[in-house]
Amino acid sequence: MVLGVKMFRKLVIGVAACVALAGCGNNDKPADGAKAPAGAQISGAGATFPAPLYAKWAEAQKAETGFALNYQAIGSGGGIKQIKAKTVAFGATDKPLKPEELEADGLVQFPTVIGGVVPIINLPGVTGGQIKLTGSQLADIYLGAITKWNDPKLAAGNPGVALPNLPITVVHRSDGSGTSFLFTSYLSAVAPQWAKVGANDAVKWPTGLGGKGNDGVAAYVKQTAGAIGYVEYAFAKQNQMAHVALQNSAGQFVEPTAQSFAAAAANADWSKAPGFYLLLINEPGAASWPITGATFILMHKTQADPAVGKSVLGFFDWAYAKGDAAADELAYVPLPADLKARVRASWSAIVGADAKPVFTPAAP
Amino acid sequence: MTAAADPGAMAASRPRSARGGGLDRLFEAMCFAAATLLLTALGGIVVSLMIGGWPAFAHFGFGFFISSEWDPVQEIYGAAGAVTGTLVTATLALALSLPLALGVAIFLVELCPPVLRRPIGTAVELLAGIPSIVYGMWGLFVFAPWFAKTVQMPIMMSAQPGTVWETITTGVPNGAGILSASIILAIMILPFMAATLRELLLSIPPQVRESAYGLGSTTFEVIRKVSLPYIRTGAIGAVMLGLGRALGETMAVTFIIGNAHGFPTSIFASGSTIASTIANEFAEATGVLHTASLTALGLVLFIITFAVLALARILIGRQANL
Repeated sequence: MVLGVKMFRKLVIGVAACVALAGCGNNDKPADGAKAPAGAQISGAGATFPAPLYAKWAEAQKAETGFALNYQAIGSGGGIKQIKAKTVAFGATDKPLKPEELEADGLVQFPTVIGGVVPIINLPGVTGGQIKLTGSQLADIYLGAITKWNDPKLAAGNPGVALPNLPITVVHRSDGSGTSFLFTSYLSAVAPQWAKVGANDAVKWPTGLGGKGNDGVAAYVKQTAGAIGYVEYAFAKQNQMAHVALQNSAGQFVEPTAQSFAAAAANADWSKAPGFYLLLINEPGAASWPITGATFILMHKTQADPAVGKSVLGFFDWAYAKGDAAADELAYVPLPADLKARVRASWSAIVGADAKPVFTPAAP
Repeated sequence: MTAAADPGAMAASRPRSARGGGLDRLFEAMCFAAATLLLTALGGIVVSLMIGGWPAFAHFGFGFFISSEWDPVQEIYGAAGAVTGTLVTATLALALSLPLALGVAIFLVELCPPVLRRPIGTAVELLAGIPSIVYGMWGLFVFAPWFAKTVQMPIMMSAQPGTVWETITTGVPNGAGILSASIILAIMILPFMAATLRELLLSIPPQVRESAYGLGSTTFEVIRKVSLPYIRTGAIGAVMLGLGRALGETMAVTFIIGNAHGFPTSIFASGSTIASTIANEFAEATGVLHTASLTALGLVLFIITFAVLALARILIGRQANL
């Protein structure tokens, strides 16, 4: 009789285990977000950098129109894979795809918001913006060619600043990241000596140590006197990290502010960028911050379900029209008005099976 | 089981016994299904890792295992740096935590006053329940600064220039590196090893210990000459289980190891492990070779862990046959 009870319990556990296993098995099926009917949840996946803003936009729009967005911040690489596999209605990436790559997969791409990369430092007695660096000096530091803060090369550009005799600890991102991609693209563009490392979301760093995520880099920089690292602008601003002033293509030393990012975006020539493939690296203009970049949305040119495409574009149309304040608040930089108009015009290329555009933006 | 004292349970069990045979068969079938499903999943993982990693093996050949080059821009990948980092941190962690785990287990079983036995036992088990990301954050924000100031700096400053000791203790004085990762790992595997060792010590029949005491042995002699030899092979199994966990630990290590590819040359140098490399780069890997190399790394880790666990099984099995 005692055995009976034991047996029963084992049975219950056995059943529970089977159910749990069966439940796990179901996860193998891809999420069917791309086939969601209009008005239902729309799913997107990709870059982590704009995720807080997309969440905020979605929240505001849900209150207004009932639109529900399920955005998974799985990283840009994941976003590209997911949209190619058609498991999501849109992908998001910090690293734009080249026009030929878009063409090969039948994708279109457009920017949503602008961010940038800010070098941060931890030097005793030195406050934000006091240290001025050129792109070439930054490359030499990250190559391990300049190893001390009182190196004559750095001292020459910073008269009046007491540079300490401290070794420079280089900190970079350990995880593959759009931030690293922008940073290394900038170094490649301005410093010929960086060519041996190259530009990518993960590279073979010649020196230094890697922190995971913006917070990992920031933690190493904060904990090490003499450290230099780089983080997203929004992260640097919210955590009030001491930044450096960088020299831009006009020869001016600029500080990372919303204005200097907006200047870079405004001075960029988007008309000569098919598929909006443009990194805002070293853009002209005396006020432009040199390491700026937009974050992008990827969609299929031909929408299997026009209603889904319409919902997605409607979401970003709303964001362009009413989302700038939310972007400012979270330390992102909204797109300039003429670029928004250009993007809206490009949406006519996104069509349903009947070759008609799925969404026509209202005249502004 | 005290269920016999419960009249409800007795009443309920009576009608069931009539069709107990049918239930038995159903239960057996379900257990069999559960077990085979698990095996299938395991086999599926191995096969998909092999398929996913094949482009890397095909492209780099045996060089994949001996090269420590890891360059996502040039698309050149080698597993040696990550494999070395994995083995070094896991071994160091084991060396650090084994004496502690033995001490905890011996104290709890042989020496501990009964009042303290439960609180200490619970505390050790609680350590096992802390999520690894918490260890990582604690390691990065609390442990690393403290370690840099009180351990790393004095050691680095005491090293004589030009000595071997100086070579293996150079590094960035901020508390991140191979040794820090090993210490965090040691704390993480400690509860598993301590709990297993305690169970092993408890499994010694009282007569064995009592006979030793009866012959006039001191407590230390009993532990050294009777208890520890008695559980020796089982203890090796416990160590292997701890090692297996240390090999695969991901988040905590990623936070604290410094994440530099290549061979670590000093205990304070940044390094990487297989698991940390995959965690860092998999989400953003878009190139075929990059993804394949990370998958291949996963297969290498699988093989290393499997070898360790298989060794543990063999050793534990041998003790059971004694």
